[in-house]
Amino acid sequence: MKPAPFAYVRPQGLQHALEALAADPGAKVLAGGQSLVPLLSMRLAAPSTLVDINALPDLDGIRVDDTGIHVGALARHADVLASADVRRVQPLVTLALSHVAHATIRNRGTTVGSIVHADAAAEMPMVLALLGGSVTVASTSGTRTIPASGLFAGPLESTLRHDEIALEAFFPGLGAGEGVGFEEVARRHGDYALVGAGAVVRVEGEAVVAAEVGFLSASDVPVVVDVTDPLGGVVSTSSTDRAGELALQHLDPAEDLHATAAYRRQLVRVLTTRVLGAAYDDALGRARGEA
Amino acid sequence: MSEELVDIRLTVNDVVHALRVPARRLLSDALRHDLGLTGTHVGCEHGVCGACTVLVDGRPMRSCLMFAVSAVDTEITTVEGLAEDDGSPEGRLGPVQQAFVECHGLQCGFCTPGFLTTITAGLKHNPEPTEDEAREMIAGNLCRCTGYANIVRSVLRAAEIASERP
Ligand SMILES: Cc1cc2nc3c(=O)[nH]c(=O)nc-3n(C[C@H](O)[C@H](O)[C@H](O)COP(=O)(O)OP(=O)(O)OC[C@H]3O[C@@H](n4cnc5c(N)ncnc54)[C@H](O)[C@@H]3O)c2cc1C
Ligand code: FES
Ligand code: FES
Repeated sequence: MKPAPFAYVRPQGLQHALEALAADPGAKVLAGGQSLVPLLSMRLAAPSTLVDINALPDLDGIRVDDTGIHVGALARHADVLASADVRRVQPLVTLALSHVAHATIRNRGTTVGSIVHADAAAEMPMVLALLGGSVTVASTSGTRTIPASGLFAGPLESTLRHDEIALEAFFPGLGAGEGVGFEEVARRHGDYALVGAGAVVRVEGEAVVAAEVGFLSASDVPVVVDVTDPLGGVVSTSSTDRAGELALQHLDPAEDLHATAAYRRQLVRVLTTRVLGAAYDDALGRARGEA
Repeated sequence: MSEELVDIRLTVNDVVHALRVPARRLLSDALRHDLGLTGTHVGCEHGVCGACTVLVDGRPMRSCLMFAVSAVDTEITTVEGLAEDDGSPEGRLGPVQQAFVECHGLQCGFCTPGFLTTITAGLKHNPEPTEDEAREMIAGNLCRCTGYANIVRSVLRAAEIASERP
């Protein structure tokens, strides 16, 4: 349980970090290390160089503006979770983060690292996809912004190139008339979820005019399903059942040690109902000025 | 080719140590092997059990998931640093340590260093936890002996002790 040897660089400036990454095709970025170090210790990964970004300046910011939340690459889960601005501008981020691991892991792990790690069992990639956010990345040849819809290529595989460093994730803020919900079922609180779901519902008056549900651990990438049609404007037992059945057509829950595929399918149905109910109530509550 | 070694300084329990380690040296191993601070225990080495938890700038973190070379700009507190100064040469037990003694919060003691560091930081954050909050505070640490009941009692008792001490 010890990592294989690697060369180590701890750049103090972004340009140096990008050059170090570009110089070695076997190099990897080290952020919080809460996913990478276990992989190294178990020798599931053996990069030849680690580019430690923890000393880079100006990357730990959490900034909100009219459009949403900008989370810097060194902002720890714990800081994003504790931010009152984040909770106000996009409460789904706060709701979901409280399910990411335990507090001790959140003190070190970064939200951006979790997104680019692209684990289909992780909360924040799904939240980014559901909200239609993006990630801004840099390399020695410049910066680009990758929309969430183009970010998740497969299990633990993002579309970042090997020489790119993610600088920031952007989560759009809550829109007018919108409410959110998030729930998951895990063996123990803080464990990776067997299945998790988040929802964004938009209302006009009492009527649902738009609804999307995102799922984690129900496919090998995060999946977002538009369920506006099956809801038919209302959130009721039968309408959310229809939404769950539609969602299942887009999902491919796997069987593993922790749950059968059939159980995961059942969780998709149950969680779809719960998160749509929660998001609808949240939207109505906000419309009444309660939240 | 022999492995490259890196010269670093680690600040542990207010003492600055100079050491030369390979970059892959886990912080947990640097503490135990290089500095002889064997109070920090190592169970799973992949972040799950919590036995290796130390405070990094006052926040609990897994020392098995950090490299020593990445901890250079931080102040580390291990279980050896939790005793309090009371004028005597060895100091006295910190409130959480004292509570574990009083409430039988440990049996074999393997998990204990991680609980002590985690709870010490947790009580700074929330000095008057409810029983539920006490459970939540220790939810990321595993213990195979106690069944947790006495550890939860220890959290609540530690809060009392801390509030009684000046
Ligand atoms: C016991 C335990 C339980 C956990 N439970 C959960 C859970 O329930 N849900 C969950 O979502 N996560 C969980 N995690 C993982 C945790 O959230 C990680 O912190 C997170 O997935 C990765 O963030 P990091 O900063 O630690 O990244 P690292 O581990 O440093 O990196 C992960 C990967 O992303 C790359 N990377 C990181 N940052 C960048 C960047 N800025 N640019 C380019 N590449 C980058 C690295 O090269 C590496 O490949 C758990 C971890 C542990 C140890
Ligand atoms: S040894 Fe670090 S968490 Fe188990
Ligand atoms: S006291 Fe033995 S593992 Fe906790």
